Amino acid sequence: MITIDSLSKKYRSTTVVDDISFVAPAGRVTGFLGPNGAGKSTSMRMMVGLTAPTSGSATISGRRFADLPNPGVEVGVMLDASAQHRGRTGREILTIAQQMMGLHSRRVAEMLELVSLTETEANRRVGNYSLGMRQRLGIATALIGDPAVLILDEPANGLDPAGIRWMRDLLRDYADRGGTVLLSSHLLREIEVIADDIVMIGNGRIVSQGSKTELLQAAGTVVRAADMHALRRALDASGVETTVPGDGTLRTDADSTRVGRVALEAGVALTELRTADGGLEDMFLELTADTQRERKVA
Amino acid sequence: MTAFTIEPVREQRAEVRHVPLSRVVNVELRKMFDTRTGFWLMSSIVITGLLTMVATIAFAPDADLTYYTFAKAIGFPMTVVLPMIAILSITGEWSQRSGLTTFTLVPHRSRIIRAKAISSVAVGVAAMLFAFLIGAIGNLVGTAIAGITPVWDVSFAEGANIVLGSLLCLLTGTMLGMLIRSSAGALVAYFVYALLLPTVAGILASSQEWFRDLQPWVDLNYAQAALFNGSLTGEQWANLAVTAATWLVLPAVVGLRLVMKSEVK
Repeated sequence: MITIDSLSKKYRSTTVVDDISFVAPAGRVTGFLGPNGAGKSTSMRMMVGLTAPTSGSATISGRRFADLPNPGVEVGVMLDASAQHRGRTGREILTIAQQMMGLHSRRVAEMLELVSLTETEANRRVGNYSLGMRQRLGIATALIGDPAVLILDEPANGLDPAGIRWMRDLLRDYADRGGTVLLSSHLLREIEVIADDIVMIGNGRIVSQGSKTELLQAAGTVVRAADMHALRRALDASGVETTVPGDGTLRTDADSTRVGRVALEAGVALTELRTADGGLEDMFLELTADTQRERKVA
Repeated sequence: MTAFTIEPVREQRAEVRHVPLSRVVNVELRKMFDTRTGFWLMSSIVITGLLTMVATIAFAPDADLTYYTFAKAIGFPMTVVLPMIAILSITGEWSQRSGLTTFTLVPHRSRIIRAKAISSVAVGVAAMLFAFLIGAIGNLVGTAIAGITPVWDVSFAEGANIVLGSLLCLLTGTMLGMLIRSSAGALVAYFVYALLLPTVAGILASSQEWFRDLQPWVDLNYAQAALFNGSLTGEQWANLAVTAATWLVLPAVVGLRLVMKSEVK
């Protein structure tokens, strides 16, 4: 479990992280979402003791990172997969981690297998690795100590679709076995697919947090029926406000359960009933509108 | 993707032992050898040592074929290479950004620096012992070829002085690494310090009388050079202590503070 309490970081007059508090519980994947420069990386650096917070605290299972006797076996960290000595081989980087943590040397081979790096790849120097291979190596380094907590900054960056799928399954399985996962991303789709809980950050502040289900529910429902008139009448009669986006569907802020029940009672056969598309994306853009670098086009 | 499975993740381990300093030292020692640069720097100690031995046998006049000549000649390239090893050991964490991992695996930077200093000194001592060994072989072979009796004119105390002098060079590298934290910058600074400054100081001393008297007290290179020339007088030890405190210890303290505070980006 990671507990962040009123964490702030100021550089001279600039506030990079502004009083953030949240908890990443065990057994769940917590997505740390925000546009570039929102303060995600600085927050993560403060969690692992690389940057000293101006105020507030970050604890892992109740202890400050610097107080962990052997951090590698308790917290797996990957902040930047490219931050490795280019002249070392992948195997050597894992071996250094294995020795520093005092683990059995077979862990190196096990981790290489886990992240699907071949013998040949493992013996190449990291300077020759693709970004995807570095990410895999970074994940292997984070997991080698078999920690209970994972802190990963943009882990899906540079992975191909199969790699992203692999990473998602790996983290899902890890959380299901009771691990705590905190991962950051500016890729909404990735977070939307993998995270159980979402903490959204913009301009150093938390703009929204909660379980993914809650946050998505807030985006509304899209419904379609063979007889759209009947559907609309039924919803109107039940006091469910609807809008017509013009693509042959109805959109409403009511949740899908309620819409489904109304349709059932009215005897209207639905052909589609789902949470509104790109809900998180709309919310992301909306919530971070005043902190975005790009101005809205028209 | 693989059939690999791990045990259920525990929230907290029953017993996690502290990472002992000896382990950090071993890992830092390993990190000095495991890159191409590190490997060749270490190899260059052996290679230059052997080359200097051969060159001394070939070119030194018979009268100079003594153990001191060999020890000094072979020790010289070491004083160039050892500081580079010490510098890169520290600056790599910033220049190569590996500090991001190093400082999260051991979240106490002073511990890492201590381990790096210890492992650098260990390499330095080993290199000097190697130099003495090669020197002894050179002395035996050289005098045998020349057909003269080998002269063993380095006492234990003098040998210890040479080792100390080399270690001061090496620790200058450690200091510059902490102070500058960039491989290129620190290497340039070292060569300015070790090659350019003595020349400037020499010119200054030969032309300015006031500097001639002051030099032993302000010039670490000058005070240090005495270590390679036999035994030191009490005043020379005092010169060494004063200059080392000013140019080595003080900047190292500043450097350590910068290391503690600086961000590894």
